[in-house]
Amino acid sequence: MKFDDLLKLPQYSLPYAEKERILLDGLNELDEHHRRNCPEYNRLVSVLWPDYRKAETLADLPYLAVGLFKSHRLCSIPKENIFKTLTSSGTTGQAVSQIFLDVETAQRQSAALSRIMTHTLGPNRLPMILVESSALLKDRARFSARAAGVLGMMTFGRDHFYALDEKMELDEKGLQAFLEKVNGKPFFMFGFTFMIWQYLYQRIADRSVDLSQGIMVHGGGWKKLQELAVSNDEFKRKLREKTGLSRIYNFYGLVEQVGSIYVEGENGYLFAPNYADVIVRDPLTWEPAPMGTPGVLQVLSLLPLSYPGHSVLTEDLGIIHGIDDAAGGRFGKYFSVLGRIPKAELRGCSDVHASQVSG
Amino acid sequence: MPANTMSNLDTLKSTFVDVIGVDPAIDFNSLVYGSTPGWDSVAHMALVAAIEGSFDIMLPTDDVIDMSSFAKAKEIVAKHGVALDA
Repeated sequence: MKFDDLLKLPQYSLPYAEKERILLDGLNELDEHHRRNCPEYNRLVSVLWPDYRKAETLADLPYLAVGLFKSHRLCSIPKENIFKTLTSSGTTGQAVSQIFLDVETAQRQSAALSRIMTHTLGPNRLPMILVESSALLKDRARFSARAAGVLGMMTFGRDHFYALDEKMELDEKGLQAFLEKVNGKPFFMFGFTFMIWQYLYQRIADRSVDLSQGIMVHGGGWKKLQELAVSNDEFKRKLREKTGLSRIYNFYGLVEQVGSIYVEGENGYLFAPNYADVIVRDPLTWEPAPMGTPGVLQVLSLLPLSYPGHSVLTEDLGIIHGIDDAAGGRFGKYFSVLGRIPKAELRGCSDVHASQVSG
Repeated sequence: MPANTMSNLDTLKSTFVDVIGVDPAIDFNSLVYGSTPGWDSVAHMALVAAIEGSFDIMLPTDDVIDMSSFAKAKEIVAKHGVALDA
């Protein structure tokens, strides 16, 4: 099946056996394409998977550890075709991932993202609250991954309102005015999980603000909230208690695979969209872990043409709960993300990769 | 020139001129999202809002994603009932 035909199918509508065949064909093609066009990828694959030819199952496909996008320049297009370079935020002093996009890959990303988001939001753009600083998009020449992510989401809203000022203070008057204007009709809220908790929820927790008509989509990691011992369940429960907000959807995604995001369904689990899949690997053997067993998440995506990011081993732990049998009728795999791999172990696995590929 | 004496096509062109900052004398059919200087993803949001305002229409998500050139923009506004040959 061609990618354009796949785009037209309703989201989460493919029974897994059929989806697996489509993804396997597409990903085998992508692997060949990147081996032909990205010498660094070809070298990594030939060192890490000697004698590799073609995958018979999704789990056979070569994968790159996410850290390799920091240490290597992984690009499958000539320089003059680079349309945009995304960089991961990364803390000061750390290397950042560099993701090279051409026009076609950028278009695939936005088309795929829109098919995923309209499933949750409906086809029409809703008035939108961004739990973000109004200063975020000021520097247009150099976008952080965060800004790019926010911008991608803005497409799904209208009459955008930035809820935070440049000092990250909640603009309460502006919020009130926004709510009066939408006047009881549905609206869309987007932000990073930690920022919503810290800069929105904490500021309004002592009074009542009616956000009951909102549909909130949030992502970007739980690390900071885990430090505060706030779980996904508690995040939802508290927001609902204080604001009436009941439609809250977490999502998981990587800058290395922009456009392939995994959005929470009504059952609280993350779902793989039609163009993507997850595999959980046992960190000791790197074999696929049985369903229900935690391990390291690998993400597969049909979107990346301009860089070899179609099969990436993340630094996150996850667990697959089921396939094709979710309440609500969604097909495919559903899973949870359990957090980051502890740093020490991480160094262990990237060392293995590093020592194998140096030379 | 007051808006009511402009054709809808002129209105669409002047919206592009105002938002993207292209020369009014340019060949509008050469304008393409991502390659025309000034038509980046931030400008795209502003352009969509301006087109909606100019013609009093509401564009759904698919049309916003689809609007990748001036020619596409013409098709899309026409689909929403704006006559462009008048």
